[in-house]
Amino acid sequence: MRKSQPHAHLSRRYHFAASHRLHVDALSPEENRATFGKCNNPYGHGHDYTVQLTFSGAVDPVTGMVTNLADLDAFADREMFERFDHANLNTLECFRDLVPTTENLAAEIWRIFAEYPHATLERVRVEETSNNSFDYFGAGSQPNSATSHL
Amino acid sequence: MILLTRKAEFSAAHFYFNPAWSEEENERVFGRCANRQGHGHNYTLEVTVGGEPDPVSGFVVDLKQLKDILESEVISVYDHRHLNFEVPEFASTVPTTENIAVAIWRRLDGKIPNAKLHRVRVYEMPDLFADFYGEGA
Repeated sequence: MRKSQPHAHLSRRYHFAASHRLHVDALSPEENRATFGKCNNPYGHGHDYTVQLTFSGAVDPVTGMVTNLADLDAFADREMFERFDHANLNTLECFRDLVPTTENLAAEIWRIFAEYPHATLERVRVEETSNNSFDYFGAGSQPNSATSHL
Repeated sequence: MILLTRKAEFSAAHFYFNPAWSEEENERVFGRCANRQGHGHNYTLEVTVGGEPDPVSGFVVDLKQLKDILESEVISVYDHRHLNFEVPEFASTVPTTENIAVAIWRRLDGKIPNAKLHRVRVYEMPDLFADFYGEGA
């Protein structure tokens, strides 16, 4: 018998394509251009986003899993892909009053997967391009000694 | 402390099956992974060790030595093997990516001179990986 069931972290990467435009109505056209540069292009532009989710939990002694990937994939299909894949982010309810930067997108994806019932969400990483990625560890939390190594 | 990571790759076959369950229950929980003909993956292993650089050599750990330990303790046992049938720790434990990370940790813990095992990361494929930070972590 082992003394306790091991805890592991499981990470899964998903990919979706979406368009957006970084623009804030409260700013003037000049200020928008100065702040957001080419991302302020009135017609919008798009990215292939990669979302890397990290969950923690006990490895189930029977199944050997932190969580069943079929459950996670079904949840992702229903809660994330349905909303974001091949969508214009600016048209979505969550970005009606919020500029759809990748930072804000990461926080929104956190809110989605924080509700996932079978494992504890530890980190959301969203890669906007291969050169830009954004990590979110939940409201009020900072990457610390417990999470910075993830 | 410096963390140092070494990668290694192995290819292996496995399937997920719990003999205590019916065929239907295995199919329901494990899906296609329950096919007892097995299937395979190209796994990538990342082993991260922590330590202080030696004042003379500048090494946290001798990379050749670390490579040899990964080879003897893990790769030579797992590579081109059927995990369920040929690797003892999976005779009665389902060889999920999570359990493979735990098993590799147990194989390596305490075997690396002058450095402490920090993390074992196992990629089953580029979009799926499991991390283990040790018992009780």
